[in-house]
Amino acid sequence: MFATIASVPIGWLLLFFIIPMGIVWLYSFGTNAGLTEIKISGTFANYARAIEPLYLTIFAKSVGVAALTTLICLFVGFPVALAIVFATDKWKPWLLLGIMLPFWTNLLVRTYALMAVLRTEGYANQSIGWLHDKFGSLMTLVGMGPPQAYEPMHLLYNNFAVVLGLVYVHLPFMVLPLYAALDRLDKSLIEASLDLGAGHTRTLLNIVAPLALPGIISGLIITFVPALGAYLTPDLLGGPDSQMIANVIERQFKRANDWPFGAALSFLLMYATFIIIALQALKTKRTEGRV
Amino acid sequence: MFGRSNRTPIAPLEYTRRTWLRLWVGLTLFFLYAPLLTLMAFSFNDSRRNIVWMGFTTKYYKKALDNGSLMEALGNSLTIAAISTVVSLVIGALAAVMLWRFRFPGKAPVEGAMALPIVVPEICMGVAMLIFFAKVGYPTELPWPLSLGAIIISHITFCFPFVTMVVRARLASFNREQEEAAKDLGAGEWQAFRDVLLPHMKPGLIAGALLAFTLSLDDFVITFFTSGPNTITFPVKVYSMVRFSVTPEVNAVSTLLILLTVILTTIALRMEKQMGAMTQGH
Repeated sequence: MFATIASVPIGWLLLFFIIPMGIVWLYSFGTNAGLTEIKISGTFANYARAIEPLYLTIFAKSVGVAALTTLICLFVGFPVALAIVFATDKWKPWLLLGIMLPFWTNLLVRTYALMAVLRTEGYANQSIGWLHDKFGSLMTLVGMGPPQAYEPMHLLYNNFAVVLGLVYVHLPFMVLPLYAALDRLDKSLIEASLDLGAGHTRTLLNIVAPLALPGIISGLIITFVPALGAYLTPDLLGGPDSQMIANVIERQFKRANDWPFGAALSFLLMYATFIIIALQALKTKRTEGRV
Repeated sequence: MFGRSNRTPIAPLEYTRRTWLRLWVGLTLFFLYAPLLTLMAFSFNDSRRNIVWMGFTTKYYKKALDNGSLMEALGNSLTIAAISTVVSLVIGALAAVMLWRFRFPGKAPVEGAMALPIVVPEICMGVAMLIFFAKVGYPTELPWPLSLGAIIISHITFCFPFVTMVVRARLASFNREQEEAAKDLGAGEWQAFRDVLLPHMKPGLIAGALLAFTLSLDDFVITFFTSGPNTITFPVKVYSMVRFSVTPEVNAVSTLLILLTVILTTIALRMEKQMGAMTQGH
């Protein structure tokens, strides 16, 4: 009975996940021998190249961009999660749906929608330009000289666009775990804190934040991990200097045709991901042990 | 209405009645929806470049629907999603039953490995699939449904752990005495599974299926690495169009995809409501 049930999922996972990952891992210790052949020579040269300043900078930058994205998501998402928790029963499902619906929408479509807003002749620039012209004509009425013509801003193909895009895509990842954590909170504790004379800010910092900490941490991780490995957003919204680690990996495989080096980079990204998740697991275990 | 709400003072915990919080939520929702809504609105605009409203038209929808390669890509995506959903559902449900029901040596590592496809960065999995199918030498010249095989296999690999997660959560609420009662009353192993356990799992299976379908339909990165030169899926096709330029056809196609999402979400919510009603009944 157990053998029949277990063999299919375990077999599939082994054949189509563990083995492919294993091959990548082996390739990361290989060298290009010929055009399509890769010799697994047990060399660490790929890893040595990966920690050269050029790639290390890109890696550090990816971590920085992902961290900034995560913090902005926390800052924007926390009040939203709080609002959903304290919303009336009539509003709660609609607010949740409002956050969930973009989460279900195709990532490419969302990124594309943002491109349409940000590009030089996009909605953002056109709206600002329109306001500029309106207020410009007002200024001539007051007697000042006519203003300069509106110069469209370059909002796309830079780091700003990448961070904005990542926040846009990952915000629901943050709001949902925060909501789950805050919803479990004993609300009488907040009331008690307010009754005893603490202000809202102090209550938030000294009561709500520590109690909701596991939820906040899991929200941070659920947002940070996919943001670190993001490919599509930096590719479509970023400029030449806003490359992230996933874009470099893609280039090794599709254009530079240096599979061993790409495999090494890809495993460095995986290790980074695993370390973050392991740290969280360790932390949860410790807090559970204390209770 | 405003007068009345002003008269009752805001209770300390009525955060949602505070103006700054309302404003904050409103702005966030505006941030999330404005790009999508303008995109949808301007897919009906009778102008190629300008955002100024030039009149209502559906010609870009006609253009998109007449675009043979785009429709072929959409057909591919829907086929892949349908097959991946069915297979992931079977594998995912089996894995869920296995992890829920049995204690076996090495359970923790197996459980961890099952969650791996969820946490591994998409790009790493795409790369692994590319290398794997190159190594195996998966033929690229196969007739139509078979030519999608490599993509379907990859999609099943990242979809079924999500099905397992959802179904397992559902199984946690199962009362095992029911199954024992069925067996006491003479039901065989298989009959007890089919008539007692499976009906209980049903809402979880439906939720898992919808999740798998959207995940498969959504995927770009892994497909980008696994698809051969002759098999293009919808996101990959839209990606190449988007790289080229922002056009009203892409607006139209995106609008259709957003509508599909809304429909699927509505179905999912209906199911969840039913599921809630069912758990309350227990």
